[in-house]
Amino acid sequence: MSDLTKLTIAEARDALRRGDTTAVALTEACLAAIDAADALGAFVHKTPEIALDRARAADARLAAGDAPDLCGIPVGIKDLFCTEGVPSQAASKILEGFRPPYESTVSAQLRDAGAVMLGKLNMDEFAMGSSNETSVYGNAVNPWRAGNSDAALTPGGSSGGSAAAVAADLCLAATGTDTGGSIRQPAAFTGIVGLKPTYGRCSRWGIVAFASSLDQAGPMTKTVRDAAIMGAAMMGHDPKDSTSADLPVPDFEAMLTGDIRGKVIGIPREYRMDGMPAEIEALWARGREMLADAGAVIRDISLPHTKYALPAYYVIAPAEASSNLARYDGVRYGYRAKLAQGDGVTEMYEKTRAEGFGPEVRRRVMVGTYVLSAGYYDAYYNRARKVRTLIKRDFEEAFAAGVDAILTPATPSAAFELGKKHSDPVEMYLNDVFTVTVNLAGLPGLAVPAGLDAAGLPLGLQLIGKPWEEGELLNIGYALEQAAGFVAKPAKWW
Amino acid sequence: MSIDRATAAKVAKLARIRVEEADLPALADEFNAILGFIEQLQELDVSDVEPMVSVTPMRLARRVDAVTDGDRQAQVLANAPDAREGFFAVPKVVE
Repeated sequence: MSDLTKLTIAEARDALRRGDTTAVALTEACLAAIDAADALGAFVHKTPEIALDRARAADARLAAGDAPDLCGIPVGIKDLFCTEGVPSQAASKILEGFRPPYESTVSAQLRDAGAVMLGKLNMDEFAMGSSNETSVYGNAVNPWRAGNSDAALTPGGSSGGSAAAVAADLCLAATGTDTGGSIRQPAAFTGIVGLKPTYGRCSRWGIVAFASSLDQAGPMTKTVRDAAIMGAAMMGHDPKDSTSADLPVPDFEAMLTGDIRGKVIGIPREYRMDGMPAEIEALWARGREMLADAGAVIRDISLPHTKYALPAYYVIAPAEASSNLARYDGVRYGYRAKLAQGDGVTEMYEKTRAEGFGPEVRRRVMVGTYVLSAGYYDAYYNRARKVRTLIKRDFEEAFAAGVDAILTPATPSAAFELGKKHSDPVEMYLNDVFTVTVNLAGLPGLAVPAGLDAAGLPLGLQLIGKPWEEGELLNIGYALEQAAGFVAKPAKWW
Repeated sequence: MSIDRATAAKVAKLARIRVEEADLPALADEFNAILGFIEQLQELDVSDVEPMVSVTPMRLARRVDAVTDGDRQAQVLANAPDAREGFFAVPKVVE
């Protein structure tokens, strides 16, 4: 079979079960593609030996007839996931050299299902960023380019390496994590599918923590069907994460009928932003038409507290980060600064954290420290938690009034040039304007590629679902995917 | 609310992140830009709203109060920048 790396999970699964190819052949094809794609900066730790060992084991399971859906499927793992014996440093200098003696629950579930880990994927440092430019490894690059320009574009962030790797066919799928949009924004920027599950669906155990009340892992794939398959394998109850939901995970793939007749799709008027590019507006309108043509009922709705989501997020996420990142002190793992004669333990902490964290991480840890400090806790942190209650209530009222899912743009623009927004943190934060509400409300969100802009860059739409209703959400996404018929791929330049 | 140099220095100290004296004005400016952005939250009346504790209604599961793991001293110390005689080693803490 030619072009093994271009297969979807579903196609590869079926080919493996028919005996048309082997897990070793698939894995070797991906490893060759990865080695030829260093210019993308997607894979930052390659694990070819582990991959081939697992591929051989997968072939044995396939031969024995004991092959779950992901058996023999080569995937990439975001650097935020702890992987046993393999560097896991959240794209930060402060975790340089760290090799976890354990495996995160999500990556262990994928491993046990027979998935083949090809290596670790680039990301923004500690998942803080929207362009992959805060990474200690250097940025990943979007395989897409605008028109005839050869300017390097961001793959988005924080799961930028995952998005670039899947879009460039270096792996069949990848894991991502999403705290404010870090799966959906890069998926939209690279023309792939990204699912952020309901908070509590995927165990957070063994995933480096950023903002624990918002973080959620999810699949980044070439199709909605693949997101259904891989998502189901990543989810499930884990006693090691006290916020993990003890609920059964349905067979999402079996729910992909494409029949959405009578489903009520809400269109929130507050997502029509001032200065929104006409192309995004047009894409959103087309999305409404496509869902209406498929038999859905389109209804205008209001989510009145939307504009307060980003400011609330930029209190809550840094506050939680300042607490979570307190553990990086140069004592138990990772980097320790060189000390001067006479330096004590406080100097060790301060120098280690100044040298080990990049500028954006330092900034957020300090903002978080400030909003939690005496005198400001009520004015900022408690107020933001109250606003979060209001944002969640907006969604609850929409769903209670009969809305099944909500359609919005995924991002306020197509992928932008690397280096263009680096100087202004607040401008960078605006990338998450359509996605961050979903994290604050703990809901599932799905980015589906829906078209190209005038420069030929992919644009995505976002669907927001009810809590624990990923199956229905994926089915609506499947209908949208079929109607949009997005088949474009980036022209290979790397 | 405006953050001055002294406040920026205090926050850096609380966060245990060394910031050089010369970098404090720029840091204070960055804080002010971000705080200006989050200042919008003051527009809302939230007097009757409960702060969110958990995004999904759940009772945190309790586990049995029992030892389920341990005896892994070598593994625990394996990633330490400096470990000696079965302990993490740090600079002198008490004079």
